[in-house]
Amino acid sequence: MEFFKYTHTYKFMGKSKFALIMSVLLVLGSYALLATKGLNYGVDFAGGTIVQVKYEQAAPINEMRTRLKNNDVFDGASITEFGSPEEVIIRLKTSSQNVTVDVGDITRTALVGTGNFEIRRVDIVGPKVGNELREKGVMSMLLAMLGILIYVAFRFEWRFAVASIVALVHDVSIAMGAISLVGLDVNLDVLAALLTILGYSLNDTIIVFDRIREGITGSKSTNLGEVIDESVTRTLSRTTLTSLTTFFVVLTLFMFGGEIIHSFAFTLLVGVVVGTYSSIFVASPILLWFGFDIKGYRNKLAEKAKRVAEKDRIRAQYEEGTL
Amino acid sequence: MKLNYRIVIFVAAIAFGLFFSAPSLLQTEKGAKITLGLDLQGGLHMLLGVKTEVATHSRIKSLAASIKHFADREDILLDSLKIHDESVTFVLLDSDDTPAISEFLKALEGLVINVDGENYALSLTPEAVEKTKKQAIEQAIETIRNRLNQFGLAEPTVARQGEEKILVELPGIKTQEEEQRARELISRAAKLELLAVDEDRAMRVYNMNELSAAKYGDVILDDVSKVGVKHLLREIPILDGSMLTDAQVAFDQNNRPVINFALNAEGSQIFGDFTGANVGKRMAIVLDSKVYSDPVINERIGGGHVQVSGNYTLAEAQDLAIALRSGALLAPIYMMEKRSVGPSLGADSIKASMMALLGGFLLVIIFMVFYYKGAGIIANIALIANLFIILAVMALFGATLTLPGMAGIVLTVGMAVDANVIISERIRELLYQGKGIHKAIEEGYANAMSAILDANITTLIAAVVLYVYGTGAIKGFAVTISIGILASMLTAILGTHGIYQMLEGRIHKTKNIALWFGIKVDK
Repeated sequence: MEFFKYTHTYKFMGKSKFALIMSVLLVLGSYALLATKGLNYGVDFAGGTIVQVKYEQAAPINEMRTRLKNNDVFDGASITEFGSPEEVIIRLKTSSQNVTVDVGDITRTALVGTGNFEIRRVDIVGPKVGNELREKGVMSMLLAMLGILIYVAFRFEWRFAVASIVALVHDVSIAMGAISLVGLDVNLDVLAALLTILGYSLNDTIIVFDRIREGITGSKSTNLGEVIDESVTRTLSRTTLTSLTTFFVVLTLFMFGGEIIHSFAFTLLVGVVVGTYSSIFVASPILLWFGFDIKGYRNKLAEKAKRVAEKDRIRAQYEEGTL
Repeated sequence: MKLNYRIVIFVAAIAFGLFFSAPSLLQTEKGAKITLGLDLQGGLHMLLGVKTEVATHSRIKSLAASIKHFADREDILLDSLKIHDESVTFVLLDSDDTPAISEFLKALEGLVINVDGENYALSLTPEAVEKTKKQAIEQAIETIRNRLNQFGLAEPTVARQGEEKILVELPGIKTQEEEQRARELISRAAKLELLAVDEDRAMRVYNMNELSAAKYGDVILDDVSKVGVKHLLREIPILDGSMLTDAQVAFDQNNRPVINFALNAEGSQIFGDFTGANVGKRMAIVLDSKVYSDPVINERIGGGHVQVSGNYTLAEAQDLAIALRSGALLAPIYMMEKRSVGPSLGADSIKASMMALLGGFLLVIIFMVFYYKGAGIIANIALIANLFIILAVMALFGATLTLPGMAGIVLTVGMAVDANVIISERIRELLYQGKGIHKAIEEGYANAMSAILDANITTLIAAVVLYVYGTGAIKGFAVTISIGILASMLTAILGTHGIYQMLEGRIHKTKNIALWFGIKVDK
């Protein structure tokens, strides 16, 4: 079975203008969303408290509300269903520092007599820890990009590195826009998902770039656009296949992974789609626009090969004793 | 069929994977197993802070206590000995005592001594403050560890995190009630003090407030069991819990639990001196700023044995004795972060992620066979081997499997096939170009190598950053991804290449490229 024939070369670069417009619109739209609606930081980054309660029967959510509202601790609390009618999640923007009696204990005593329930989860994150986690999160994102930039510049060429970073920023921006759009709680798992998108999208871009690098040295054409079209076509089967399998896996996570892994899976789902698109329609055209010089690169490679050959020749002579 | 070094390594890797993942999968008694994270098995994770400023204040307080004890013993008259936030002040009444008091003060370490005529002001040097704070944290870690060890929970973790945070992890907590009991035990200051009752003013306690009491150097403390009862006590303690050597639960004549504790030599001396000098007066036994009892001193009490009664249940008395035995917290602790997961939620998470793992896995496997036929089966062998190797390595290194870690494995499944997809595509391409089977396989692997390596290394860079900067559960995600990537290089590149080399003769014989690689090549 095959998705694409090798005999046909698809003209991707010819359509890169449409892609550019679409990408710019998507990214700008994401930024507009982030600026107006913003991200909905969860307890991990904003600090606060979460109590998850599960009843043996459907949770008496109204009675819970009236009972909890009697206590000042629950001022401004949001009490909502979580995944199923039996489960309820209580969210608080505040966090207490008391070790001995915490919100979980207060909830437990307040709800006595409302039925058989179990407190399944209590998360309390103080403001200091929240800030620290957020700083670390941003830091990890920047560091990962920097590390990748250096590696790609070293393995390919600076234009490839910049192109792949632009694609990464593109992917992460759109993913964050999507998170803002559906109003997902941004917690540590979403950060992990964003970092995974970084790795994944890069994976895709690198495979395509590797082919372009091969095309630059091996192809007869000196037209960069043609070389890119050829290379992208060659990797099209692989890109589609891997993206599909990853997509399937993430989709099963999304559908069956349960409420807790939901945001993680959603972020990845967006990332897989955008990452695949960007490696073809964002990263590759950027090489074109940067005016990557095929002949110059070939000359550079040829010179490098010559230098290596020269070195080998001298060494050979030296070892033979003729020098 | 012929053997080659690749297939030998691959088979060895599979054997390794099966052997070391078996204890975790079959839950055998022997062998290293993967530990489940708190989010999967349930338990309590806490990050605690220490209020170190309280430690420096109590250092000031005990400084005052030792000055008072010295002055009483040497018959030196002091006036208005007072405890402030960061200093102790007093007035020396008889200047003849100046040499004795300055010699005593000089012997004490870490003090800044200001003398203005007969007015003395003592405070701690900045180094002493730093040291006290550091000690408070170290002592808190030690104390919490001691208490948890005696509490009898499985594998408690108590460790310092960063400069001044304490990480406490308690797996195996079953109920929220149990969790609260553990938290009470940990956070209990267990600060024991013996304070003298201010007999001159005790009658007026209900007409006084904190401020007016402080004027006389007194404090007002509540009774532990009698609601509304207040006690007026001298602020400077006779002695404190640092002189305690043991605390045990016993029963009084009414068969109610009491706590007997023993003092060290110095404590016994001070206690004996005090009780000898104050017969007929009352002495309050104060724990965590609550008065447990205030017996009248009938005679000098030597030997250093004291009994504390109170209205507690046996479990409370036992926890209290543990807390007293393992020492007081010099400074109170507070909650910076807490994550507690009930065991049933952990079990639900395992079930859900297992289902996702198996579902995703099956989908990928079926898809690969459908698309690549023989090559797909070979890739699938590598994929399954990869899964076992990840589990084996995790078990060997004692890595913790968290919920994001599970997601990491699911994701690796998706990414591990990638290497084989790249290789298979390269082989197909070469076959289309009319290359022979042997050449197509060898060149296919060679051509695919740089792409696979670059892609894996960049993902690894992201994973390492995640590991270094991530916390708790996220670290687990980075670990499984990293192990998965490394394992996939072994299985997907080396392993499948070995299988192709072994089967090459057979592929040649059948000449059926459609069967082996899933494509038709026109000759």
